[in-house]
Amino acid sequence: MAGPDFFDEMRDAKGVVRPAYGGVAAWLDKIPVKEMDRKRREAELLFRRLGITFAVYNEGGDTERLIPFDIVPRVLSAEEWAYLERGLIQRVSALNAFLHDVYHDQEIIKAGKIPERLVLNNSQFRKEMVGIDLPRQLYNQIAGVDVVRTGENEFFVLEDNMRVPSGVSYMLEDREVMMRLFPDLFARNRVAPVSHYPETLLTTLRSVAPEAVRDDPTVVLLTPGFFNSAYFEHAFLAEQMGIELVEGQDLVVRDGLVYMRTAGGLRRVDVIYRRIDDDFLDPQVFRPDSALGVPGIFEVYAQGRVSLCNAVGTGIADDKAVYMYVPEMVRFYLGEEPILNNVPTYWMSNEDDLKYVLEHLPELVVKEVHGSGGYGMLVGPQSSKAEVAAYRERVLKDPGAFIAQPTLALSTCPTFVAKGVAPRHVDLRPFVLSGEQVQVVPGGLTRVAMAEGSLVVNSSQGGGTKDTWVLRG
Amino acid sequence: MLSRAADNLYWMARYIERAENMARMLDVSYRMSLMPSSDEPRTQWEPPLIIAGCDDGFAKTDLPLESHNVINYLALDAGNPSSIRRCIQAARENARAMRSEITTEMWESINSTWLEMREMEYSHLVGMGYSDFFDWVKERSHLFRGVTTGTMLREEAFHFVRLGTALERADATARLLDVKYHMLLPSPRDVGGLVDHYQWAALLRSVSALRAYRNTYRDSIKPAKVADLLILNPAMPRSIAASFEEITDTLFTLRDSYARDYSSTRMAFAMHSRLRFTRIEEIFAFGLHEFLTEQIDGNLKLGIAIARDFMGAADQLADQTQMQASA
Repeated sequence: MAGPDFFDEMRDAKGVVRPAYGGVAAWLDKIPVKEMDRKRREAELLFRRLGITFAVYNEGGDTERLIPFDIVPRVLSAEEWAYLERGLIQRVSALNAFLHDVYHDQEIIKAGKIPERLVLNNSQFRKEMVGIDLPRQLYNQIAGVDVVRTGENEFFVLEDNMRVPSGVSYMLEDREVMMRLFPDLFARNRVAPVSHYPETLLTTLRSVAPEAVRDDPTVVLLTPGFFNSAYFEHAFLAEQMGIELVEGQDLVVRDGLVYMRTAGGLRRVDVIYRRIDDDFLDPQVFRPDSALGVPGIFEVYAQGRVSLCNAVGTGIADDKAVYMYVPEMVRFYLGEEPILNNVPTYWMSNEDDLKYVLEHLPELVVKEVHGSGGYGMLVGPQSSKAEVAAYRERVLKDPGAFIAQPTLALSTCPTFVAKGVAPRHVDLRPFVLSGEQVQVVPGGLTRVAMAEGSLVVNSSQGGGTKDTWVLRG
Repeated sequence: MLSRAADNLYWMARYIERAENMARMLDVSYRMSLMPSSDEPRTQWEPPLIIAGCDDGFAKTDLPLESHNVINYLALDAGNPSSIRRCIQAARENARAMRSEITTEMWESINSTWLEMREMEYSHLVGMGYSDFFDWVKERSHLFRGVTTGTMLREEAFHFVRLGTALERADATARLLDVKYHMLLPSPRDVGGLVDHYQWAALLRSVSALRAYRNTYRDSIKPAKVADLLILNPAMPRSIAASFEEITDTLFTLRDSYARDYSSTRMAFAMHSRLRFTRIEEIFAFGLHEFLTEQIDGNLKLGIAIARDFMGAADQLADQTQMQASA
């Protein structure tokens, strides 16, 4: 239940509307519920027509469905954004420095700032990458950092998502649909645009092409194919960037280079924005049963004759246990104090942590170290005794595979639900692009837990999305 | 453009055209079966099955060789990969795989055709009458072609659609003419008789060419002239010669834009030249059936060459400067 314990982004404790929400509050006051409902349905129709669906696993029947879209925007002031932006750029820069370091000299391990076993014995650490030099020493070009807010000036990073983060198409389409439905609203509020994201992404991808071809590289987007849950996003981004959307079968390695099969013959490919996991990239190096990848591509990559974005092996930076050391990375590589908070995290591989967690399970959120998408997690305060007991058994079987965090009091935003406008919990995923510069398009994907009191915002668990406004100063 | 995209577009077009031609062939067979003739249903319905390459498949169903069984099998059977239903489904699957390469109107046309087709059952066919169903298939195919011509950029994608349509049509017309040949075999005594006349007329009607015949030849229906119209006359849009004009035209365009020498271009040009410089008397002297068999065989080889040249089977290096210029 959202109550006084949660930070309400629109109103302060006295019920006074915060300045950033002035425009939205005035609009909510005026618009009749019936009109909102009509607009909501219109939005749904637009999404359906655009074909923006999301495949959901582990459910019988119709696996293609729309993610609920909430028409009440989520607002961040210019100052709040400036602070977030600084923090995000700092964080991703440190993570990129960490990646370069762990695959080269491993100074941070030698300095004793992070346990060796946590890095080197981690399945996300790709030994194949050791000693390989990447353009600009950049490993991560696209990060989708999950941020939650708990107070006026309190933002926490929940996850860094350095591998193949998705959701940016919702940032773009939510805005597109909002502008179609409520043009007046945008005329009256100074909302920073986001539609240049694909262009910025393309510039970023081109900037890490192998140096010999950097003046005019051929960039493609590699998708696992039609049946992937994010296929729509892959097709959307490829179209927006004007690049080919390829599958593994469209690429071939020949004489030390990667080519795509075009109607006019084989054409060299220089940068691959790959939306498939490391494991599936190259059956000769990783999973031999992968039919999604390109045999031999890793060797070309290791020779620096094709760029993969994100790099192979970025998973070591967003591992849920390595996460605990990100503030240390900021200090170690940048010599700065971290701007954004880390959530206190207990790693059950440490005996003290395990003991504490087992004693406090009903208060904590427990996650699998390698899990994602909100699958297989325990939200202590919202689980039954039986669920907690069952989860305890799982943890005891392999403690090192779990981390625990205190349940965060996620902020709430006004959201249009069956009984009218009511507060619902939200998080934020801004997208950080690292190339010649590190940039964050002002906005992101706001996910909202549509059920009253729920803290789980994942779209795979019934969460919805909102347009995210960053106001211009 | 990816070779996989070219492949999808080419086959999308072929399957639509194939569905239409299957409807045309069933239409002519059905009309012929209504002619007063001494023939058993067997001799009337075997030819279309043979021509469509479905005789073995049909035999496996253990159904008697009667018109309603054959029509159901060739039009609706979901287990028969050559049925009209499956052709439309395959066309739609190819379109769906490359939605970004076709226009919204094309997608909507092909998708709604499939959605209607999916609901179609044999009782509907009987209810609406076979001929109305065949007309519906033809109309949907006309619509798709019209939408394609009316909305698609004249770029690579369009050329591959056009290529698929033309090659499939050249092949279908050859096969359709061959139905008549198979049909005649069992009862040579009918040659030149009344039945023969009606059979040729039915054939012309099935390719929407009865009036074209009269306008062109101003003569009663004569086999040599029907064959001339459907094989050699470049003005007749479904003739093999007209289809090959489209094929060579498209292949020349592709050759120029990719600046490459292709074996498919040379093969098509040789086949087209033969059609341009052969007279119908020579074809009859050679044997119509033999000529058509060669033609069908040549079409198959040309299809393989096209797949090798453009659809990635050969993996030849592109001329990079050309590619960028045409991209």
